[in-house]
Amino acid sequence: MCLLCFFVAMNDLLAARSQMAMSLAFHIIFAAIGIAMPLLMIIAEWKWLRSKDEIYLTIAKRWAKGTAILFAVGAVSGTVLSFELGLLWPTFMGYAGAIIGMPFSLEGFAFFTEAIFLGIYLYGWKRVRPRAHLFAGAMVAVSGALSGIFVVIANAWMNAPTGFRLVDGKPVDIDPIAAMMNPAAFSQTLHMTLAAYAATGFAVAGIHAFMLARNRESRFHRAALSIALVVGGVSAILQPLSGDSLAKSVARTQPVKLAAFEGQFHTEQGAAFRIGGIPDEAAGVTHYAIEIPYLLSVLAYGDPHAVVKGLNDFPADQRPPVAIVHISFQIMVGCGVAMMLVALWAAWRYLRGRRKQTWLDSKWFLRVLVAAAPLGFIAVETGWAVTEVGRQPWIIQGVMRTSEAVTPMPGLVVPFLTFTVLYFFLAAITVWLLFRQVVSTDSTEVQKTVA
Amino acid sequence: MIASLVLYALLGGADYGGGVWDLFAFGRRARQQRSLIAEALSPVWEANHVWLILVIVILFTAFPPAFAAIATALHIPITLLLIGIVLRGTAFTFRTYDVQRDDVQRRWSIVFSSASIITPILLGTTLGAIASGTITVADGKVTSGFFNSWLAPFPIAVGCFALALFAFLAAVYLTLETPQRELQEDFRRRALVSGVVVGLLALTVFLLAKTGAPTVRAGISRTVWALGLHFFTAVFALSAFYTLWTRRYRLARLFAAAQVTMILLGWAFAQYPHLVEPHITITSAAAPRITLELLLGALVAGAILLFPSYYYLFVIFKAKTSK
Repeated sequence: MCLLCFFVAMNDLLAARSQMAMSLAFHIIFAAIGIAMPLLMIIAEWKWLRSKDEIYLTIAKRWAKGTAILFAVGAVSGTVLSFELGLLWPTFMGYAGAIIGMPFSLEGFAFFTEAIFLGIYLYGWKRVRPRAHLFAGAMVAVSGALSGIFVVIANAWMNAPTGFRLVDGKPVDIDPIAAMMNPAAFSQTLHMTLAAYAATGFAVAGIHAFMLARNRESRFHRAALSIALVVGGVSAILQPLSGDSLAKSVARTQPVKLAAFEGQFHTEQGAAFRIGGIPDEAAGVTHYAIEIPYLLSVLAYGDPHAVVKGLNDFPADQRPPVAIVHISFQIMVGCGVAMMLVALWAAWRYLRGRRKQTWLDSKWFLRVLVAAAPLGFIAVETGWAVTEVGRQPWIIQGVMRTSEAVTPMPGLVVPFLTFTVLYFFLAAITVWLLFRQVVSTDSTEVQKTVA
Repeated sequence: MIASLVLYALLGGADYGGGVWDLFAFGRRARQQRSLIAEALSPVWEANHVWLILVIVILFTAFPPAFAAIATALHIPITLLLIGIVLRGTAFTFRTYDVQRDDVQRRWSIVFSSASIITPILLGTTLGAIASGTITVADGKVTSGFFNSWLAPFPIAVGCFALALFAFLAAVYLTLETPQRELQEDFRRRALVSGVVVGLLALTVFLLAKTGAPTVRAGISRTVWALGLHFFTAVFALSAFYTLWTRRYRLARLFAAAQVTMILLGWAFAQYPHLVEPHITITSAAAPRITLELLLGALVAGAILLFPSYYYLFVIFKAKTSK
């Protein structure tokens, strides 16, 4: 009952934000998989073409089945988002459409290409020649990555708006190209694209590690795990570099957000980097954190004595909710570091054993891979929370507040709840279908080995 | 201005594509022909579906205020439309990959087909409301409320018209998807019946437009151009019917597609120069020139890239049955 009271009391702005957040949180998983899975599939298919080893073809086909399900959910939830931008934030779209509609339009085309070639890839195994089929897969992988990049460019513009001048509250001298080249665009797109590969690679590797632990002899799971782990691992090792570049860009364009990342309340020279800790906004301090002296100044500005602006230097009505941002940031970084370590361990194991067959034979190694499977997606979700909540109360940093952008439509809690129920339902079915795919993978293979 | 005119033509084109190809996916209530439909749909529905996304992004890039007004006034039908889209697409995919047991399959089919019926009605309703001239805007704010514009006889009639039209087209196309005579006959009958329904509903829409959308109705008979378009619509409709009757399915497909194109073009012309009747015109809602030029460039480049791919997709999956 109290939950009901809560929803009834929910105001429309909160409902709109919740609906957007929920839709994005849902879509981002499928989007990330849509970016990375095609890469895994074409690597498997390419290995098949080169080695003529049927096991790789089986892997590509199994992955393609899973991808088909996930892609469909991703496609429809992406459609919902493109409408929701207008349904929930009409003022924002009316204002910003001319400036940042461009990357969205390009995304439309990239997604179109992706959908066309995915159709060929999924249903054309027998209809086109192997080379053409591999080419279709490569087109899916490239256009998938591009469509992700375009969407993140639009988001980066919300963080670092450029390409127009404000005159009497209206944008003039609009330059969509300059808007796309905004200072946050490069590091943000790099960070998100790597995140998609790392998260998906680790999740897939984890699933195969789980199956391999149950069936140690399976060549199928061994080969699949290797491909997924290489893609995920390389991305996870590169990711901290892109994270560093992004942090420096945030320090320049959104100092208040950086302060929230770190729970930094006071402006400080030679600021320390905090690990953990609970920010107390009323008191203006972050408790229980491990502090590494000077590191924040180094990370943000490349200079141990650089001044890091604290939250107290910003008006209270321009600060994001510090606790959510700080804690999400900590979780994201923690997951990222853990994945990097796992990736390094895997690389070490692989390089050390000259007999390459044994590197997957450790029970503990497989267990760690299983445990690391969800880390990437946890990092993706919390990272998204960091950048979105960290921008609040603005929808366009420094230009338009989220509360100004929301639709005048009353009763927004109704669509919020409807979509939440709908998405939970979809998520449950997707998980169930994928689970069945994985289980059937295993049982058919067992039959094969028995026979 | 010229750029925005060309753009409008392209928008109309995309609109038409969205209509034609989505309906392709807006499958039908057929029972025994289900597997044929599934086979025809599965490789292409996602690509067809993207037309709709393209229309939306072009609308909000090129005409941001119009998008804002539409999204505000028609929040409710568009939200319902979205739910329909989500259910249709996912139910279709889930059906393919779920247990191949009859009861499970039937459950997904019910979701898929009922969402396929509701979604076009809502799509038509939305378009009807845009045309009806009841979305009023003052000072950048929508003043006509959240229900008035679409809960009216005219938009709902347009919704039913859209459904009948989609069903008609799908049936015509499906005659070409199978070499089996009986299945062809099934879909031929369905096409003929839905064709008659389309005609009746078109008449209903036209009559309701007298009160429901007076400016558009006036636009229909305003210029020689518009009249010409309607003349061709009628010619194509009758030809489609005739070729169906005489079982020349390839011609029928051509005429049916042309008929739908003409209907959409006719609508666009009747509404011109308004984007959202009666307050938002193309010029008042257009984004700055540079955005339009870049968008136009992107559209051309995208089209050069896309159409061969799209064509390739269809050649791969549709060539076999047409022979």
